[in-house]
Amino acid sequence: MKLDNIYQEEKKSNFTKVSEIIITMASRPSGFIGLSILIFHVILAFISPYIAPYDFKAINPTLMLQAPSAEYWFGTDDLGRDVFTRTILGGRTALTITFFGSLIALLWGGLLGIFCGLVGGKTDDIVMRIVDAFLSIPWILAMLLIVSLLGTSTEVLIPALGFFYGKGIVRVARAATHDVIAKDFIVSARARGHSNFSIIWYEIIPNVRDAILVEGAMRWSWMLLGFSSLSFLGFGVSPPTPDWGLMISNARGLMSFAYWSVIAPIVGLSSLIIGINLTADAFAKALGIDRSTKAPV
Amino acid sequence: MTEIIQKVKNLSIGFKSKKGEEILILRNISTNIKKGETVGIVGESGSGKSTLALAMMGYVKHGLYTIGGECEFNSSNLLKMKNRDLEKIRGRKIAMIPQNAGQALTPNLKIGYQIDEALKLHSDLKEEEREQKISELLNKVRLPSPETIALRYPHELSGGQQQRVAVAMALAGTPDLLLLDEPTTGLDVTTQAHVLELLNFIAKDTGTSMVYVSHDLGAIAQVSDRIIVMYSGEIVLEGPSRDILKKPIHPYTYGLLKSIPKLSLAGLPQSMPGSQPQPGTMQRGCSFFDRCDFSEEKCKSNSPQLEYLEELNTSVRCFNHKSLMNDSQVNQTVNKIKTSLQDKEILNISEVSISYAKQNLLDQVLNRISDDNPTVKDININIKKGETIALVGESGSGKSTILKSIAGLLRTKGGVIKFDQKRNLPSDLKERDPNDLRIIQLIFQNPDESLNPNHTVEEIIAQPLKLYFGLKGEELKKNIKELLQKVRLGEFYMSRYPRQLSGGEKQRVAVARAFAAKPDIILCDEVTSALDVSVQAAVLNLLQQLKEDFGTTYIFVSHDLAVVRAISDRVAVLYQGRLCEVGPSKDVYQFPSHPYTEVLLGAVLEPDPDIKPKLVAEDIVEEKPPQKGCSFQGRCSRILGDICKNEIPPWQITNSGNSIRCHIPLKELQKDQIN
Repeated sequence: MKLDNIYQEEKKSNFTKVSEIIITMASRPSGFIGLSILIFHVILAFISPYIAPYDFKAINPTLMLQAPSAEYWFGTDDLGRDVFTRTILGGRTALTITFFGSLIALLWGGLLGIFCGLVGGKTDDIVMRIVDAFLSIPWILAMLLIVSLLGTSTEVLIPALGFFYGKGIVRVARAATHDVIAKDFIVSARARGHSNFSIIWYEIIPNVRDAILVEGAMRWSWMLLGFSSLSFLGFGVSPPTPDWGLMISNARGLMSFAYWSVIAPIVGLSSLIIGINLTADAFAKALGIDRSTKAPV
Repeated sequence: MTEIIQKVKNLSIGFKSKKGEEILILRNISTNIKKGETVGIVGESGSGKSTLALAMMGYVKHGLYTIGGECEFNSSNLLKMKNRDLEKIRGRKIAMIPQNAGQALTPNLKIGYQIDEALKLHSDLKEEEREQKISELLNKVRLPSPETIALRYPHELSGGQQQRVAVAMALAGTPDLLLLDEPTTGLDVTTQAHVLELLNFIAKDTGTSMVYVSHDLGAIAQVSDRIIVMYSGEIVLEGPSRDILKKPIHPYTYGLLKSIPKLSLAGLPQSMPGSQPQPGTMQRGCSFFDRCDFSEEKCKSNSPQLEYLEELNTSVRCFNHKSLMNDSQVNQTVNKIKTSLQDKEILNISEVSISYAKQNLLDQVLNRISDDNPTVKDININIKKGETIALVGESGSGKSTILKSIAGLLRTKGGVIKFDQKRNLPSDLKERDPNDLRIIQLIFQNPDESLNPNHTVEEIIAQPLKLYFGLKGEELKKNIKELLQKVRLGEFYMSRYPRQLSGGEKQRVAVARAFAAKPDIILCDEVTSALDVSVQAAVLNLLQQLKEDFGTTYIFVSHDLAVVRAISDRVAVLYQGRLCEVGPSKDVYQFPSHPYTEVLLGAVLEPDPDIKPKLVAEDIVEEKPPQKGCSFQGRCSRILGDICKNEIPPWQITNSGNSIRCHIPLKELQKDQIN
């Protein structure tokens, strides 16, 4: 028959699918820039301990607030520490915590959303009202409470951030599930007598996966900003570990005469956020999802 | 009659593929629309008929572009015109009536306001005159009490009324040319017949030229003077409508007419093999070559030109039209359906009623449904093993609702569904055991929605096999291959995704999935209504073949009486969730019959200009079944009086075993119907 039809494509392995998506993403200027920035930051986070020119916690009072020079590229801070060293190391904690935080958010938010969308009825009503109630609590206050009660260790921060950023994903996942749930293939699976688990895993997830992944990527960049805000307020990473939020907070009083000590972490943080945002957008476009039509919840 | 108002010259429209190839949707189309004539454009989906109609008003869909040729209207080429100039023509000179009026009308504006808007744009009338004109237009499209209709919102009207409003809006600018894109496709049979009759009246009354685009030869036959048949972007046949329908001299039209089931003939029509080539895959030679019964060696390498035959006033694109000309009277041969009816009763539906009413708190606590006027009531049907029973009715007649209840997807309010004379099937899906679920399988109307777009054909068919029989590995693969073979699909389809299949192929996969469970009963919900006619015949033939092989019982839901006639052994006619008539299909299609069956039969459109639909009752839409009395009392033209309004009619049984539920004695029923 007509095997050489232009409409025909054979089943692809997951690897080829992923690489095709990445190629499509990189073929747009914005996607290319976003991906490059993100990859740059990730690589930097891995290799920075080995390439850092100085010890990030070496205090040297004689070198206080030096302007950028050939020796100290980004200058030094108020304790005489090298800003370049601290900047390239400053993204590691934030990137790690928020990456795992978003994974948790994606997992619980996505699954709960899909479940609510599938079962509907009273269960759905009750769960969604609880989610709504949580959405109305200012997350930063709640975070401050949790952190002051349980401390600022990674084991506390990752699940706490994951919880607070997953609430929004519940709604997106639920809406995406509602789009597919009315389709006949779900009705057909139900009539055959498949279990809820099998319907979620086999019929729904393949169809809502893309929308949830894109949402998760956007949440990651917001979480990064949120985590840096916590550090800025002194509830994130504890000194002397270098962190952008913390560095901005420490150096903000010196902005007028030692701008370098605050500019470097700002550039680091904002470029990463922009990078993730652009990547998420390009990802959505490569998958054929139009994010502009969905309200950010 | 001779004045030409629209001239299409060598029109080609297409798009650029990702590889940069030019892919043609319309290939070198030339035709003329004369003043006052109605031209029907017919073809399967993807034949380019809508693209051609849109080009006639100077519109080319986004992503497509004009490759060559022109559409000349009033001696100016619409396709080269600026938008500002086009605005003056659209609505005033050329108007369009869309397929789905419900979507074309703005939901938050009143009908009167929307027509007024059209008048403001397309006429020079003053405000007071416009008000007058609105009533006039609504009157013209035969809407009852124009004043009240004008104050309503679109959602307060029925589908047929919405379509009438769309016609009124199109007429607001008194256009010279009216383009209709499948204007009756989404409507019920009776409504469709009424709308077509209205369009005929308007064409005569106003002298407007019409271009009527449809896939339905039955509808085209009723309205058009001339027919253009399109196939994969080309005109293959063009000529006077009577000649084309009675003596088609192109093999495609010939096959198409043969594959349409007819009311007068029981049995399955012959199907046309294959499907229309996708745009861009055309090789040399005739585009119909693969599917043609009359093809010769030269058809493979040479593509025929459109040839004008003066004696018939017809243009045809075929080398062999002469041989067809001699004996092209469409002699429909049908494959008689074999009934493998056994006496054993397989499903007994007794006293079933179903309600959509919302439960209040007390009912929820007591877990009961209280509704004294449920959507579906008093359904009693016995289904024998190996039988095909059809449930027929317009939308809202409850036929799909009953199907859902049998499948366990919808809880019944009362009544019993008994399988195999012994087992009562629980009304709730969760209470049915896996075997209860296996014996009943569903095939849905729209294969686009019933197949998961992220699964391959293999994964789709594997699901019931894994669930019910726990098959794995090689054995699973072997079974899938066997099933694909049964539905006449090759092994290489296993790795395809639904989006890579044509409509007919998708429906075959859905059929294979249903049969994978080795069910006793298959519920078919409008399984052919989303398919093209030539494909429909093939799917019907396949279903019949599988039934004969496996001894399956079908419960077949359809609004299309001709399709039902072709495939079913027994028919149940439903109105407002109540049974009107049940009987062997050959008797249901003969008189005496229930007044509602009479209305349905009268409204069927046949692809024959000599058979006009009979419009017996008004096409009113009732929202709720009446509280008491006969369900059809609101529309019945033969209502007797209070007895019909107060008492539920008795079952009357004719000599041939046909049960009719009506107060009118059988003899009297028959008397009027024979005339």
